[in-house]
Formats: sequence, structure tokens, C-alpha cells
Amino acid sequence: MIPPFVVDNSPALMVIVPFVAAFIAPFAGRAAPAVRALVVGGAMAITSAITLILASDVYAHGTRLYVFGAQAATLAVPPDSGGIPVRIMFTVDPMSALMLVITAISAFAVVLYSLTSERHHSGLGSYYTLFLLMVTGILGMVSTGDIFNFFVFLEILSIASAGLIAFRIDGGVAVEAAIKYFVLSTIGALAILFAIGIYYGEYNALNMALIAQRIQFTLLDQLALVLIIAALAMKCGAVPMHFWTPDAYSMAPSSITALLVVASQASLYGLFRTVFSLYNITLNAACVGWLIIILGVLSMVVGVTMAIPQKNVKRLMAYHAISQTGYMLLGVGVGLAVLGNQPLLDAFGYMAMEGGIFHIINHAMYKGLLFLTAGAIFFRIGTYDLNRMGGLGHSMKWTMVFFIIGALAIAGIPPFNGFASKLMIYESVFAFNPVLSVIAMVVSILTLASFVKVFHSIFMGPVLPEYRDVREVPGPMLAGMGILALVVIVFGLFPSVVVETLVAPAAHALADQGMYIAAVIGGGA
Amino acid sequence: MRMSKIVRTGACILYPLIIIFGLYVVVHGHLTPGGGFQGGAVIATAAALVLVAFSHREVAGMVRKAVFSAQESLGLLLFIGAGILGLLAGAPFFANILANSGLLFGLTVPPGPNPGELNTAGVIPLMNIAVGVEVWGGLAIILMYLFSATGGEGT
Repeated sequence: MIPPFVVDNSPALMVIVPFVAAFIAPFAGRAAPAVRALVVGGAMAITSAITLILASDVYAHGTRLYVFGAQAATLAVPPDSGGIPVRIMFTVDPMSALMLVITAISAFAVVLYSLTSERHHSGLGSYYTLFLLMVTGILGMVSTGDIFNFFVFLEILSIASAGLIAFRIDGGVAVEAAIKYFVLSTIGALAILFAIGIYYGEYNALNMALIAQRIQFTLLDQLALVLIIAALAMKCGAVPMHFWTPDAYSMAPSSITALLVVASQASLYGLFRTVFSLYNITLNAACVGWLIIILGVLSMVVGVTMAIPQKNVKRLMAYHAISQTGYMLLGVGVGLAVLGNQPLLDAFGYMAMEGGIFHIINHAMYKGLLFLTAGAIFFRIGTYDLNRMGGLGHSMKWTMVFFIIGALAIAGIPPFNGFASKLMIYESVFAFNPVLSVIAMVVSILTLASFVKVFHSIFMGPVLPEYRDVREVPGPMLAGMGILALVVIVFGLFPSVVVETLVAPAAHALADQGMYIAAVIGGGA
Repeated sequence: MRMSKIVRTGACILYPLIIIFGLYVVVHGHLTPGGGFQGGAVIATAAALVLVAFSHREVAGMVRKAVFSAQESLGLLLFIGAGILGLLAGAPFFANILANSGLLFGLTVPPGPNPGELNTAGVIPLMNIAVGVEVWGGLAIILMYLFSATGGEGT
């Protein structure tokens, strides 16, 4: 049914299609806005389809390699190279495939939403160019098997995101947020580049599998690890490097914020990939594991306590995003802390990692949904200020339903997906350290309290006179939110199926460094 | 604020020379130091020179920003197109199918010391040209925007 050409070249095509569309979009926009909408929407639909094809292929047949510029796409080690993978390649293992699924679903929902919500703005030519570049950056980051290439895609992502955060200039406030984001991203990227330089100087390699094979955990490697953890924890918004997040998330257009959430998850992926696939058992697992756990707990607690007093609905949601990132760090951190100790790993380590990874996909869905509902409200009433909202439940019924779904999912209420992953985290972390589990539950309760307040002030109460003629948002925006809401519900109803088919292979691929190396270099393991 | 006649005449004389040097760096990217980005940046300095010597308003009357913008997009599309050539030939993305093929840039590099054969290296010169076109357009448009802030005031 699917042509073999597409399956064989899917890792390249999923980057080519958005890239080409990104630079055709400005020309199409000169013809007519409708043509541009067709190009952008069509390209995104094709990209998502290709990405899902690739992901299903990886889940069915194991890790896929795509070597750029080689004689054949799977020829990782050329015969005359002395056993060294010299070319840039994509190494798509189940963990990457999971991130690809997240990106495909979110980006498609967001583009559907944004074609309507941004229709009346100027400067849309560059908006869609940057949007598609952002998607390219995320897809590249999560599939690449070359650490310098990772840096390149990270930069593509950062530059495109900074441009989009500043898209609504908003009296310079959005520009300020964008500059803050851009400066921090650049510092982070330079730290990563420095770490890459260390690896290259030490091991003569940029291929992640080859570095993983050769790594010694010397003092220099420790320095590189610190630089990478600091930079990527900053990029994913972990406390105490979270300060760009509320500004950037709240000032970007809502559709972009939903994609920024996915971008943060891609940075989180980079963090996990470095710790597990590059270093794995060479590092002091308990020490680094606890470091990540502490980052996670700080993010959870500080995020939620900062969220409670917020008046701006998007700032509030941004602090919740920080808090939810903490859960992922906690889950995967516990998995890391017991890495190398097989009985403990089997007892609760894998489950903690699965919970953390499952939370990544769940968070991308429900947080994206929440940001899109905030954007829908802004689309109709033009403010994010909770004190000026009220009674919108009378007119915006679908938006209200989607908001309820998102809010209950983030608070971890069954039968929505947030419950499933949080339960896995609670149970496994309790076996590791009960106090951490208690903190996680308290944070969850505070999240629920915060969202009850938000829900009440936006949707409940009598119809306010100034919002008397507010109507529901147009169909495509509802469709975009509907896709994410559907995923939230389906994942919540059938969590065991999702965990078995999507999440568990990802967690095992992450923990098993030998498999990752063998997929590229072959032989040995 | 345009500069004196001497500066303007000097800029007019230097302008074609800078562009030719930049194009040389772009086209010889696979043989000599430099390449698409460096050559494109050299060409963009010609735009900077003209913008400094004349006023932004005068330059904006000669070329529209949309031209550079289109040039930037076209350069990037050309670059991706050079990568897609590999896919069309049944090899992976970015495969260098033109090298040693006898077609465009397709000669085999002669062994031993030689002055540098331009017609070699396959898609690499194509990519250099694409990047050159893109950087030329991109830097020129950045300069145009920077100078547009100075346009209104001064003498």
C-alpha cells in the first residue's frame, strides 16, 4: 500500500518535506493566502504521515539507520573507513520513534488550528516558514545519530522559535521574551558545542554510537556531561533554569506555545539520550540519577507553587508546564539512579522510566490542548487576564469541554491519560523513595486546585455584558483541539496498550546502550 | 544621508570588483579556501558598501527587499534540490551522484599536483552556489533592514 520508496527514505523525507514547503510558502503567499494555506497544511499532513510511517516501521522492525550521502542508506560504516561511521546519519530507535509520534500528532493539530487562528495577522509568510523550520528542527533533533548534527538542529529550532515568540510584537513585550529566550538558547547551545568539542578531541568521533562505545568517563567527560545537562535542562525549562519559560510561553501565539511544549520535550529527549545512550553505566548512576531527581522535584514544587498566584492564564499554564516536566525528570531519574543494578531495574526502574516517558507523550498532548484552548479564548475575547474573564461556558461550549479534558488530564484524574502515567510514577518512585512519591502526589493535588480556580474564573458565572455576543471558535480550530483531546482520552482509556506498544520499547531502547551501539557499528554486542 | 562624491564614485568602481571576487570564492569553494557562505558574505559587503555610500532611501529605490527575500528562499530550495538529486537517482539524500559522472562538475580529479580542476566534485559546487545565493540575499536583506532604521534622520 505504501510505496517502498517512501518507507526506505522516510527519515530523509520527513525533514525534506517541511524544509521545501518552508521556502515555497513565501512564494505561495504572494499568489494567494489560500494557496499558502494549502501548501503549509498539505506539507504538514504529508510530514506527519511520513513520520508516522517511519515510527510504525521502527516499532515493527527495530532501529532504522539513514546515512546521508552514502552509497546505500544503511551503510553506516563504509568498507574503507577503518570501522568508523564517518557520515552524518539518523539513528531512529523506538525512543526516537516515540518522540516522532508526539511531534507528528501535535504539529498536525497545531497547523490545523493555526491556519484559522492566525488568518488575520500580517507577516504570515515568515510565520509559516519559521513554523515549518521549527517542526524540522524537532524532527531532526529526535532522530539524529550524530551529536554535532544534534547541535545544528537545536540551533534551527532555537532560531525559528525565537522568531515566532516575537511574532506578536505586543508593544515590545513579546520581543523582550524572544530576546531572553534567544540569549539563553545561544548560551546553552554554546555549552553543548563546547561539550561536543571535548568529545571530538578525546575520541575523534561525532557519531553518538561511536562516542558511546569509546567513552571512559574521565574528568573531561564529566565536564561535558555537566555542560550538556545544564544546557538541555535549561532548554526544557527545569528549575532553577526555568525563568525564560513563562515569558516565552505566554508571549508566543498559542499555537506556537503548543509546539514549544513539544520542543521542550525534544530537549528532554536530548538530555535522556546523552545520559543513557552516551554514558550509560560508565557514569556514577546514583549521583547523576539523584541530580536529575532533584532537578525534577524542584521543578515540580516550584512550578506549581509559582503557578497558583498567576493572573495571566498562559503564564499560569507555563508554570504548570515546568511542574509537569518535573514528573518526567523524576521518573526517568529514578530509572537512571538504579541503572546497572538489574534486580532493582526490573523491580521498579523500568516502570519509573516508562512512567516518565509515558508522561512526555501525555504532557505534550494535554498541555498542547490547554494552550490551544487558551488561544481560542484569546481569539474571541482578546485577553489572557483571568480577572477579566467569566461566563464563557455559556457561549464557548466546545472550548469548555476541551479545557475540562485537558485540566483533568494534567491534574491526574482518571480516566484521562495524565492519571495513567502519574500512577506509574507514583508506584515505582514509592518503591525507590516514598518521600518523593508523596511530593509528587501533593504537587498533583495543587495542580488540580489551581485548575479548578482557572476553570471557574473563565467559564463559570453569569454571562458578562462585554462578552454577550462571543461565539464559539471556527471549526478548524476546534478540529485541532479535538485531535489532541481524542488522543488524551484514548491514551487514558487504554493505557496498558499504549505502554506495551509505544512506551516500553522506548524505555528499554533507552536503557540498553549495547543495542544502540550495535545498531550503528554492528558486530560485538 | 549620502556621502561625498569621492566616496560614491569609489563605491561604484569597487562594487563590481567585490562581486566578482565574491563569485570567485563561491564557485571555487571546492578547490580553494572559502566556499558558499564566505563568498556570499563577501558579495553582501558590496551591498553594505553601496548602502553606506548612498542613502538607504536611494538603494531602496533601486531594489526591493522582496527581491533579496526571494533570492534567499531560492538559494535554500536549490540547496535542498541538490540533495534531492541523490534521492531521484535511487541513492540516499545528499548522495553525490554527479561526482565522476562526466556530467556537470563531473570530471575525475587528476592525480598528483595540479592547478585545480574546476569541473569536479559533483554536487558540492552546486551546494556552494546555492549557499552563496542564499547568504547573499539573506545578509543583504538584514543590511537593508538595519539601514532602514537610519534612513529618516541625518543630513
